[in-house]
Amino acid sequence: MSIWVDNNTKLVVQGITGREGQFHTLQCKAYGTNVVAGVTPGKAGQNVEGIPVFNTLAEAVKETGANASMVFVPPPFCADAILESIDAEIPLIVAITEGIPVMDMMRVKNHLMGSRSRLIGPNCPGIITPGQAKIGIMPGPIHKPGPVGIVSRSGTLTYEAVHQIMRFGVGQSTCVGIGGDPVNGTNFIDCLAAFQNDPETKAIIMVGEIGGSAEEEAADFIKQNVNKPVVGFVAGATAPPGRRMGHAGAIISGSSGTAQGKMAAMKAAGITVVENLGMLGEVAQEAFKGAI
Amino acid sequence: MKIHEYQAKELFQKYGVPTPRGKAAFAVDEAKAIAKELGTLPVVVKAQIHAGGRGKGGGVKIAKTEAEVEQHADQILGMTLVTHQTGPEGRLVKKLLVEEGLPIEKELYLSLLPDRDTASIVIMASEAGGMDIEEVAEKTPEKIIKVFVNPLLGLQGYQARQLAYGLNMEPEVVKAFIPMINKLYKLTVEYDCSLVEINPLVILSDKRVIALDAKVTFDDNAMFRHKDIQAYRDLDEEDPFEVEASKYNINYIKLPDGNIGNMVNGAGLAMATMDVIQLAGGKPANFLDVGGGASAEQVENGFRIILSDSAVKGVLINIFGGILRCDILAQGVVQAAKKVDVKVPIIIRMEGTNVDQGRKILEESGLKITVASDLADAAQKVAAVAKA
Repeated sequence: MSIWVDNNTKLVVQGITGREGQFHTLQCKAYGTNVVAGVTPGKAGQNVEGIPVFNTLAEAVKETGANASMVFVPPPFCADAILESIDAEIPLIVAITEGIPVMDMMRVKNHLMGSRSRLIGPNCPGIITPGQAKIGIMPGPIHKPGPVGIVSRSGTLTYEAVHQIMRFGVGQSTCVGIGGDPVNGTNFIDCLAAFQNDPETKAIIMVGEIGGSAEEEAADFIKQNVNKPVVGFVAGATAPPGRRMGHAGAIISGSSGTAQGKMAAMKAAGITVVENLGMLGEVAQEAFKGAI
Repeated sequence: MKIHEYQAKELFQKYGVPTPRGKAAFAVDEAKAIAKELGTLPVVVKAQIHAGGRGKGGGVKIAKTEAEVEQHADQILGMTLVTHQTGPEGRLVKKLLVEEGLPIEKELYLSLLPDRDTASIVIMASEAGGMDIEEVAEKTPEKIIKVFVNPLLGLQGYQARQLAYGLNMEPEVVKAFIPMINKLYKLTVEYDCSLVEINPLVILSDKRVIALDAKVTFDDNAMFRHKDIQAYRDLDEEDPFEVEASKYNINYIKLPDGNIGNMVNGAGLAMATMDVIQLAGGKPANFLDVGGGASAEQVENGFRIILSDSAVKGVLINIFGGILRCDILAQGVVQAAKKVDVKVPIIIRMEGTNVDQGRKILEESGLKITVASDLADAAQKVAAVAKA
């Protein structure tokens, strides 16, 4: 078991013929993901190393039965691509694209509510269920199947978390990067609830960063609903207020969104908080004792 | 992206949002000419910098006579204005806004911005105008009215009325306010604003409603569809190192009082690396994200920018190679170190794709590069440099 992605995933890639889209599609395929189709308007009939390309997503779904999409469409057209996936009732949409305007994402998010789709991202590394399938840009070989579910707002920081527990030989059930944008689809709570309900996930690592209040809300949710051990980390304790730290969502405004406030909320919810990233593996090993 | 008050007011005028009559001046003579053209006294002389708190810092003065216009303009232009937002080094004032003085009856607060949690545009208003709104929000949150606008529906009539009546406006003032808030909402959405703030929004004795101040910032991600706003960019207001870094698509932010430079791939890992430096007893000198697919050229330029900060006593490079392979990175670092003439210790921690080849390249380069075995080891090595 795992969450949202497994051997039954049939992936369609929006923006498959672009440089990045093509490269990562083939990486996903090499990892074992069943990539059934691609979409690039105007390029129907072509193929990317055997993967058929369609003009529209609806057509791709009709012909191939795709049940997940990965979006590599450039920022000016990305909201449109996500909406196309929502309207085709794709159950899982993973948007990798970085740099979508907030106003666009706010419209997408409002349309997403009440639809049949789950959106992961945008501006995220994607999702991987080690040994089964990956939808995204994370390096496959650093993972292995195991009992720990990982959810994170950042890309390389997720890889770091994976690496830290792999030093102790601990694998992952599913790793989800929810993305660094202020308005995104799937949030921490969605992932935590799914991990709590997944029998294969025995313990959880949650990696947050400054900005917004998602970590605080997640901490509250964990306190009420999660009985599996959780280890938490928050990046950006040294970030100055008012400056956007790379990710559009990583910004401290006034007194809200600080790492200190988030870590305090997590501790209060019974989460084991790691302050020094270099110690994540050790701390997780200790906290997960008996559970994994 | 930030713009000046006078530019924000130009945008307001374009949308028909009332502002005081006035113009930007770049020299004392120009300020005098504008005051004369306004044909009224007093006039207000306002420093134009990308930071708030200008009044308290002495950057906003009222001139009751023509002589005072000259006096104030002369004093403010060229001054180094220090406010709570500029940092202790302050900001050199190169532009002024000269405006008519107005008979103010009441000061209000108004702002519009995207709300990440609700995916809506929140409009905030308060009768506690002219004050620090963060403070009002903290001490007396009941004094702030909030209206959440669904971007698919737009601002509804009842929501505009909720604001107007919540602000205890007289009927005459309501009539002026409703069209104004609709125009401001339109501007916020059409220009992808990340903040439109008017503090204070004033009611005049003749019941007109006017934006006495104007602060507008834009979503950097949306600049591709606002070429006209790009012309408003003022490089004088930006850190020269950050401007340089942006040319190479490097995400760099200089931090005050730092002594350990760092270069990392990925924003989250970069922030976490800064924290590691601090915990090790150093102080991060910057945030630098070379991105997921950094090239040798980017690494070289990142290096150059970090090292041009003379306070930097050492550099920590922390790369998790995924798409960016460690051997490619190592080659980039070696090339860069040879070109840039590095005089401070460099500590590299690499992990991920092709890490063994990467480490080998660094070790055989003959450069004074310390390779850390893991992040904890890197922290210890940083601590040694910071204490030296």
